[in-house]
Amino acid sequence: MSMDQTAPPVAPRSVKARRTVAQSVWRTLKKAPISAWFGMIVIAIYIFVALFVPLIAPYGEAEVVSQQPFELWSWAHWLGTDQLGRDMFTRLLYGARNTLGIALATTLLAFAIGGGLGIIASIFRGWTDQLLSRAVDTLMAIPQLIFALILLSIFGSSVKNLIIIIAVLDSTRVYRLARSVAMNVVVMDYVEAAKLRGERIGWILFREVLPNIMPTMVAEFGLRFCFVFLTISALSFLGLGIQPPTADWGSMVRENATLITYGDITPLMPAGAIALLTVAVNFVVDWFLHKTSGLRDEK
Amino acid sequence: MHPLLRTVLQRLGLGLITLFVVSLIICSAIEFLPGDFARAILGQAATPETVAAFEKEIGLDKPAPERYLHWIGGVLQGDFGSSFSSRVGFRRTVLDIISPRLRNTLFLAGLTALIAVPLALGLGLLAALYRNSFFDRVINALTLTTISFPEFFVAYILMLFLAVKFPIFHSLSNVSPDMPFLDRLGRTALPVLTLTLVILAHMMRMTRAAIISLLASPYIEMARLKGVSPGQVILRHALPNAWAPIANVIAFNMAYLVVGAVVVEVVFVYPGIGQAMVDAVRSRDIPVVQACALIFAVTYILLNLLADIISIATNPRLLHPR
Repeated sequence: MSMDQTAPPVAPRSVKARRTVAQSVWRTLKKAPISAWFGMIVIAIYIFVALFVPLIAPYGEAEVVSQQPFELWSWAHWLGTDQLGRDMFTRLLYGARNTLGIALATTLLAFAIGGGLGIIASIFRGWTDQLLSRAVDTLMAIPQLIFALILLSIFGSSVKNLIIIIAVLDSTRVYRLARSVAMNVVVMDYVEAAKLRGERIGWILFREVLPNIMPTMVAEFGLRFCFVFLTISALSFLGLGIQPPTADWGSMVRENATLITYGDITPLMPAGAIALLTVAVNFVVDWFLHKTSGLRDEK
Repeated sequence: MHPLLRTVLQRLGLGLITLFVVSLIICSAIEFLPGDFARAILGQAATPETVAAFEKEIGLDKPAPERYLHWIGGVLQGDFGSSFSSRVGFRRTVLDIISPRLRNTLFLAGLTALIAVPLALGLGLLAALYRNSFFDRVINALTLTTISFPEFFVAYILMLFLAVKFPIFHSLSNVSPDMPFLDRLGRTALPVLTLTLVILAHMMRMTRAAIISLLASPYIEMARLKGVSPGQVILRHALPNAWAPIANVIAFNMAYLVVGAVVVEVVFVYPGIGQAMVDAVRSRDIPVVQACALIFAVTYILLNLLADIISIATNPRLLHPR
């Protein structure tokens, strides 16, 4: 049967209505593996707690509820009390808001700086690119935590300093990725056309390049968030990050660490909260990467 | 010139430039101190004269290039200056604070490297050889979870089980210089174990990935068709070409070891340089912070340099140029 015959008459099909956004999102979600579901549910719970903590928490964030420090678990105080007699469970809940909020702000700032500069370097090329790239190379030659420690010793540790310092340091990695992905996009004809049309840099950045590197950047956002989150927790654990009386998981571990030597697992709860969130984000990112990049495991 | 030698020399030159710029950055930390810093260190009771004397001592009265030359000159001769915690008539040099601790950290890092690197290579090779088997999946799941845990979580879990519930090791590793070697080893066991777990996963996964990505290439197919055994295929044919990525990831993890040591040292109260740095940051003792940062940064840069050179030197294409 040759190909140039007339096509068989197509029966007029009833055209279905276009799927709504909600429907197509649900369709994709249905096919997600169990690990991704687990991750998304965990993240949803964390976000819920972070948003509505004043309504859920049984006591106030820095409220001293007991005369006795390090009280054991009881019905009144589910996870006992900490070294100042504050309710551990309440502080764990508030920690979600503080730790997550600060990590999220830092990651967003890092992406604004690193992503913006990366795309700009790829659009302008030439000496702008050279200058930025060499500066980033030098910043990356010093381990991040060490660099953060130097800067904190100079500027002192406050939440504002913490966010700026970690964001600037982390933006180097975002810059690298954004630049290398954007390099492949800026050589496309439509970007050239926009340049010839005389569009301004803002238009090219936000309308031509950014939408095309979005999937990679979203996946990277998840990974960077984990990294920032772990760095901030580590700094808080060292006593150099988020300062008391703000409830934060890293410092909660440090303040109650002595309990471990008595076989009490309470200090592991905030640490576990950190670990669980990291695992959950990793699961979701993993699934997202597989979906968007078509990566498959070698058989 | 042999292309291999040229590439290595180029890389060394680049490394030296990086070292120079990094030392410049660390030294210029003093530039950015807030104006009231001297007062913050000396306390509210400080008179203008003491403040001026203090600023003179840390060299704020000299222009920046001169200060840099003075500092780096001292560092090259092993003099890191004196700590802010020195008082009149009692000088505490940074070297006195750091050198015993540096030895402890090197002991910790060295021991960890000695255990973790061969273990990671072995497990990675086994996982590549028996890929998609039960063993591979268990190892994969375990390493994926340890990667996502913060160091102090791993550390406290180990402490809870191996020192408190089942008292096998010491929960605090307060080593002293005059301790017999075996005793010292026992006390360092938990920090070493924690660091091993933290860096093992990444190295092992990369070894496995590097080898598996090579297994699809035609020359491996050829070796298989010749009838070479699976173990030989991996050891003789795949591994020589995988050295470059593996060396890179090992160096990356050795460098990470230095940083991870900071947190682990604090958990186990191990008297190492990481803890010294954290204490110095807390009391804003800038000379000590600078010295520690320089040591960390130099180690990090040298390890990366070494990895680059190894990956250049083991590249079969560069070794046998046509």
